[in-house]
Order: sequence, then C-alpha cells, then structure tokens
Amino acid sequence: MIVADRKPLAEILDMIKDMDKILIIGCKGCVTVCNVGGAKEVGILASVLKIARKKDGRPLHVDERTLERQCDPEYIEQVKDVVDEYDGVISMACGVGPQFLSQAYPNQRFFPAVNTTFYGGAVQHGIWEERCAGCGQCVIHYFGGMCPIARCSKSLLNGPCGGSAGGKCEISKDVDCIWDMIVRKKMAEGRLEDLMDVKPAKSWDTARDGGPRRAVREELVQ
Amino acid sequence: MTELKSGSNLEKVLKAGHFAFTGECGPPKGANVEHLREKIAHLKGVVDAVNVTDNQTAVVRMSSWAASTIMLQEGVEPNFQMVCRDRNRLAIMSDILGVSAMGIRNMLCLSGDHQRFGNHPQAKNVYDIDSMQLISLVRKMRDQGLFENDEEIDVPPRLFVGAAANPFAEPHEFRVYRLAKKIAAGADFIQTQCIYNMDRFRNFMKQAVDMGLHEKCYILAGVTPMKSVGMAKYMAKMVPGMDVPDALIQRLQGAGKGQVAEEGIRFALEQIEEFKEMEGVAGVHLMAIEWEHKVPEIAERAGVLPRPQV
Repeated sequence: MIVADRKPLAEILDMIKDMDKILIIGCKGCVTVCNVGGAKEVGILASVLKIARKKDGRPLHVDERTLERQCDPEYIEQVKDVVDEYDGVISMACGVGPQFLSQAYPNQRFFPAVNTTFYGGAVQHGIWEERCAGCGQCVIHYFGGMCPIARCSKSLLNGPCGGSAGGKCEISKDVDCIWDMIVRKKMAEGRLEDLMDVKPAKSWDTARDGGPRRAVREELVQ
Repeated sequence: MTELKSGSNLEKVLKAGHFAFTGECGPPKGANVEHLREKIAHLKGVVDAVNVTDNQTAVVRMSSWAASTIMLQEGVEPNFQMVCRDRNRLAIMSDILGVSAMGIRNMLCLSGDHQRFGNHPQAKNVYDIDSMQLISLVRKMRDQGLFENDEEIDVPPRLFVGAAANPFAEPHEFRVYRLAKKIAAGADFIQTQCIYNMDRFRNFMKQAVDMGLHEKCYILAGVTPMKSVGMAKYMAKMVPGMDVPDALIQRLQGAGKGQVAEEGIRFALEQIEEFKEMEGVAGVHLMAIEWEHKVPEIAERAGVLPRPQV
C-alpha cells in the first residue's frame, strides 16, 4: 500500500489561515490502513484544528467526509454538491487524492494534509517499512524475494557495499542492510552462485526516470 | 597480463613485478589550487600514483578530474576516483572520456559514501549504476570501444581500472566473493579499505590466494597511520565497515604523551613490512589522511624508496 505521514499541525494551520469554513476529506484506501487519513484521523484533525483556532480567537467551521477512494472519479464525484460551499478543502489521501479533487473541481482549492512517503507495509503494529520503489521492472526474484532498489540506500544491484556492518546500513543503525539479508539468505540456501554474476546496469526507462507513466488495459477502455 | 592496457606508471610498476606504493590526496574545499599543489608536492617521487578522491564522505570539493589534471601538471600520476553517487551513466561516460583525453590513465571505481554523511544530505542520490557495473562499463569502453548502449566510441579511453575491497565489512564470508566479482567485472587492480585487524586480513588474503584472485588482479593493501587515540576511537566506533581492534587502541594509549602519532606510524611500518612478504599482496595503498607531508618520511622508513622507474 501507499504509506503516508500526517503533516505537522502548524503547517496545516498555515495553509488554512485565511479560511473560516473548511471541509476535510479522508480516504478509505491505503491511508486508512496506515492510520493517517481515514475517518478516524479526519475526526482527530478536525478537532485539533478547531481547538487551535478557537484558542487563537478565530473559530473554524469544519465538516468531515471520508470517501471510498480518492483515486477514482466515481468517488470524487460524491462531493460535487458540497465542495464549493467551503473556503478551502483539505484532503487526507495520498498525493493522488488532492490532485484528482483539484482536477474535478477547478473552482475550489485543495490542500494535502499528509506527506506521501512510500510503498510498503506494516512490519508490526504502528511501524511501516518501504518495500517497493515502483521501478516498473520487478527483479525481486533474483534477490531472495527482497528488493535492493527500494531497500538498499544506494539501490545497488551488486551489493553489499563496504558500509555494511552488523546487518545495518551505513546511513543509520535504524536501517537494515538489505544486502546483508540477501547474502545470508542465499548462503543459508546454498545458492550463493546466484549472486556471482554481475547484474548489468538497470534500464530505468520503466521507472519515473522515463517520464510520467500511464497504464492502459485495452480490454477495459471503452 | 602482457600488453599494457593503459600505459600508466602504476600499471608498468605492477606489471614489472615491483611492490607498488600509492598515495592519496583529497582535493580542497574550494578552488585553492596553491594548497592542492602543495599537498601534491609532498607526494612527488615517493609514490607510484596518487588517488584523487571524489567528493569523499559526500562533502563537496574540487572535482576529482580537475584535481587530477592539476596533479598531472605537477608531474605526479593521478589515480582518478569516481563514485556512482553523483553522476548518471551519461555523465560517467563523458567524464571517463574526458579524463582519458586529459592524459589520466588510472581510475578507481567506487559506489561512494551515501550523501547522508556529507554536507548536502538533501541531495538526490543518483546510483544509476553501481560500482560493479561501473567497472564493467569502463572495461567495455576501453576493451571493446563501446558505450553502455553498444554504440562505437571514436577513440576509446585508456585507463587502468581499479576497484576497492573492504575485507572488514559484513557479511565477512561474502567479502572474498565480492572481490572475485569485481575482478570478473574487469578490475585490473584492487585497493583495500584501511587495514587494522591483521588477523582478519591475513585470512582474507589466504582465501583470495586459494581462489587464485591474486593472479588475475593486483591487490594493494590499504594502510592509514593513526594520528591520535581519538582518531582510532572514532574510526572504531563511527566509521561503518572499519575494524579497529582494541589492542591497537591500547597500544596507542600506551605510547604516552606526544608519542601517539609516532606509534601510529610504527604500526603502519610493521604492517607494510608484513605486506611485502604476504602472498598475493602486490603493494600498499597509503592513505595518510590530511597528512601528506608525512608520506615521504613513511616511505623512507618503509624502505620503499626510491620508487622504480619503468
């Protein structure tokens, strides 16, 4: 899923500083699963914004909505009757949501309440980690089911570099060295020879480096 | 290893069977050419080639190719270092052609320290290719006369291709295989990370010799004399992939006031003596960090002077 973090309150307050009436729109997709932008978090943000503004002597009217998804026009459409009633609208979806909203309602202004961070999953309750870089050409099967592009700080295809120590990456003791894990798994399996060929330079043209991407499924296009 | 691949002095020295002795020089944090020339002057005639670091520790400095050309003007042979952190394959290949055109004949291929260590941690990290792929790219350009995309090069570069090896990083068991991989990719010579744990290095070299790697590639042992107890402790604790045994720290502590640097040099000299005899070791790479002026003295005391003229 797409993982995000909520922006600091001060930044959000600054976005809406000239407004008196806003709408906060959550999303029931990824951001609900990673506990940052679902109905519950919409409610929390609404409360803290109201409290902060009340304290400031400028009360704020906040309405709340949470859509099934914000990356699909059919759900975006569900707010069409109300969206222009507000001074501004905050989206708590990933970076896709406020863009879909902005395109659908050009007369309204939309603000992101979260910073979209990575594609990953929960490794334990309350902790998420990056797993995929969306490079457009999956290679994890060469590396024991682990992605060195997303999980090595240098995206090395022929690691580990000289900075690997104690199973940790040179950049931080909080970051696992994925190449340490790949090598140890291959050694345990007796398949070290899988790592002995020099993996050639990767073609990044399927990644973001090749320009903005688009997926077309002909059978679905009407 | 009969025909010269690059014609560099380092290549000739190694090919002639001499025990090589290389140095290192970090370009200035600025365009201070005079300071650079001063540092280079200390190394003239006492080493076979000098590594010119490329934004080492991810701190911006004068570019390694520019400093390498200044070194050439001073009559010292550079070993141009290139890291994969700061350039994509277009910039990498054009810089390879550029340095070759300027007469630089050695190149060391490195991944590079992550920019998080440096003075611009906000920078985008490139890593379009990794150090292994860089080695095979330079070899392809030189030996096949082809760019990465297989287009022909109009006059290929001539470079003696080097790579780094860190016997002390983990997983330890894999390090000799990674060395083998770099040699298979096309490394003509290897310079190791600074060695302090001699036991582990002996073991590493034994593995390399058992695999016959020393016959396919010249392996230079990395030596950095400790200047102080603080430096030793810093390296032990703060530098990932560095193995500084407690016994060495205690030895430096026991040297007494004003004698630590000399003790550090003595340890380095003992190491060099052992490397001269160690099977598979073709030379020493002396990284006297911001201590270039000490290199002539160390070279003299190590008995590696005069350097061979080949």
